[in-house]
Amino acid sequence: MTGTAVDLIWLAPALALLGFVLNGALALWRPTAKAAVSVIGVGVLAGAFAIGVAVVTAFAGLHAEAPVVIRYWSWMPVGTLQIDAALQVDQLSAVMLLVVTGVGSLIHLFSVGYMKEDPGYARYFAYLNLFIFFMLVLVLGANFPVMFVGWEGVGLCSYLLIGFWFNEKVNADAGKKAFIVNRIGDFGFLVAMFIIFWATGSLDFREVFAKAPTLLAAGGGAVTAITLFLFLGCTGKSAQIPLYTWLPDAMQGPTPVSALIHAATMVTAGVYLVARCNVFFALAPISGAVVAGVGALTALFAATIALKQWDIKRVLAYSTISQLGYMFVGVGTGAMAAGIFHLVTHAFFKALLFLGSGSVIYAMHHAYHATHSHEDAQDMRNMGGLRRHMPWTAALMWIATLAIAGVPPLSGFFSKDEILAAAFTRGTAQPAWYAFWGLGLAAALLTAFYMTRLMLYTFHGPNRSGADAEAHLHEAPWVMTGPLVVLGVLSAAGGLINVPELWSGSAWLHHWLEPVTQAGAALLPEAHVSTATEWALVAIAVAVAITGIVGAWRLLKPEALVPARNAPAERGLAKVLRNKWYIDELYDFFIVHPLVWLSREVLWKQVDQRIVDGAGVNGAARGARALGWLGSRLQTGQVGVYVTLFVLGVLAILWRVAGAT
Amino acid sequence: MLLGPALGISAVLFTLGVAGVLLRRNAIVIFMCVELMLNAVNLTFVALAQVLGVGGQVFVFFVMAVAAAEAAVGLAIILAVYRHKQTVNLQNINILKG
Repeated sequence: MTGTAVDLIWLAPALALLGFVLNGALALWRPTAKAAVSVIGVGVLAGAFAIGVAVVTAFAGLHAEAPVVIRYWSWMPVGTLQIDAALQVDQLSAVMLLVVTGVGSLIHLFSVGYMKEDPGYARYFAYLNLFIFFMLVLVLGANFPVMFVGWEGVGLCSYLLIGFWFNEKVNADAGKKAFIVNRIGDFGFLVAMFIIFWATGSLDFREVFAKAPTLLAAGGGAVTAITLFLFLGCTGKSAQIPLYTWLPDAMQGPTPVSALIHAATMVTAGVYLVARCNVFFALAPISGAVVAGVGALTALFAATIALKQWDIKRVLAYSTISQLGYMFVGVGTGAMAAGIFHLVTHAFFKALLFLGSGSVIYAMHHAYHATHSHEDAQDMRNMGGLRRHMPWTAALMWIATLAIAGVPPLSGFFSKDEILAAAFTRGTAQPAWYAFWGLGLAAALLTAFYMTRLMLYTFHGPNRSGADAEAHLHEAPWVMTGPLVVLGVLSAAGGLINVPELWSGSAWLHHWLEPVTQAGAALLPEAHVSTATEWALVAIAVAVAITGIVGAWRLLKPEALVPARNAPAERGLAKVLRNKWYIDELYDFFIVHPLVWLSREVLWKQVDQRIVDGAGVNGAARGARALGWLGSRLQTGQVGVYVTLFVLGVLAILWRVAGAT
Repeated sequence: MLLGPALGISAVLFTLGVAGVLLRRNAIVIFMCVELMLNAVNLTFVALAQVLGVGGQVFVFFVMAVAAAEAAVGLAIILAVYRHKQTVNLQNINILKG
């Protein structure tokens, strides 16, 4: 207890949980009370955000070098292992707290408009509030098990919200896929926790990270195993190679869900985890390289797929995977502040892009609904020229596009540039990082290209939605555009929180996070590049971004597009990209099918039916019956036999007694 | 004292009884052989009572009482079986079996 507003931290998750309980009750008994649901759903989030601001302000006033840990009760006292239900406020969780509640509030507000006509309105807000609760538990937990509760909880909410419209099978399947793929990652997290406990005897963040440098040999097997298993958890939750395939399918959920869970907050949990465990990753150079390498590969790989998607949300989904890859390059390189910085700016501009696409889909859906058309409201080939009908959305999404492409001075420029610069700098000490830098740069080029393509096809050129539908296209209501404006301002100006010293900035976020990151940073090899090199890197990054945008603008012809129903099939590389490199098919063929075959033909028909049922259950019964049959042979019904045996028995006993004396 | 011959006779009687039970088929005969065994034991009791006190003689009365009761029940059963099966040959009375 600190005697300041920091003590109120429990209120933030408690409010979200209260929202879940109230909205859940309304969903069960009064699903039509939409006004009450809106007030509760958005109100608890605004309250949580206000508490977050108060807590962080008070925490900043403490100038604490160590995290503030507040114990509530003893959760699992087992021998020497004491696990408390405890929350922790430090510089890192403060950033996450503000992002989750701040961006979360805006998305909740947007949802009021977007989901207005949905019969499951109350259920939707109940799930959304529950998600915020678990997300806050995840980022505020003071030890691994509490964090794991949040980690699993957000996965559950993700499942519930992806399959929100569960009466279509494809949505329910997408939810299942997300949950199952995430379970693979969660297994990694669990194993990592076991090894951490085995190696350090504790699961408290403070204790573990304080003991780690002395108990674990740098570069040793234990710490490498811990970090690799943790990273397996991250690849599941944060959609990295090889477990990224669930995220594009997760777009089956409502669009604000995609913005909140699958872009701004939950999928960044992996980045948060790596930043939280920066001491471990600094001790395990191999794992650092794996994290950065997988991140860089994912960034480029997902960007190539995004080039050829037609569904506006799928482009953004692959873009999210790609940007998460950047964050992992940052944290894998040891530039924790850069990774978190990109996490924050990405939350702004990607939430804006998703909500903007939500506005577009909303407008398209209503236009098609009014004309009784059954076209796909998410296919960019059916859009075009929308800037004339929705100027606000178009302008705001352009801000986000320029931000994600890395055009100065928007937020994405600073954060992406910092990650690339950090990778390059580490390259001077370890040349492998030059390759990661190159991959990142290539991904940046593609990012600028596919985002410009998305904007071009959606908002520019002629309209392809049909003359009837075009008359019904209009801007979304203010409750939806309002949050977009706020996010637009944040996307444009968000970079100000961490303007690097190169630009005579204060690198505020970098210094703010230092108490958390310095322990790990102290263990990393020193590397420096000259100011001239840094400027050259900036110039290259900007040149790449501009090339991507201009290239897309010159190469792509929105006039040549035809609506989805008339579109010809792609050929060659375009077809491969359109089909996502056939990764889903490969997984299906090499993992899912053999697994199903193994389960059905071996485990079920042989092991279960033959061995367990046949030899075990029925075998025991048959054995008992055989014994009984043997015994029944003695029961002949002939009294003479019984008497004979009886006499023989008496004689045997007499023999024994006589022999004993 | 006639202890030795008395015990000898009772042993012979008992063996005869056991052999009868084991070898004969007629339920009445087997029943009589059982009685023979009981009385062989009675003879042993009486003979040993000469040496060890009157307890043995008291026991003989108990055995005779029980044997009388047993004879009543046993004969009744044999009668009932005969009414059912028209025979008292034990080889044909074998419906109680596994």
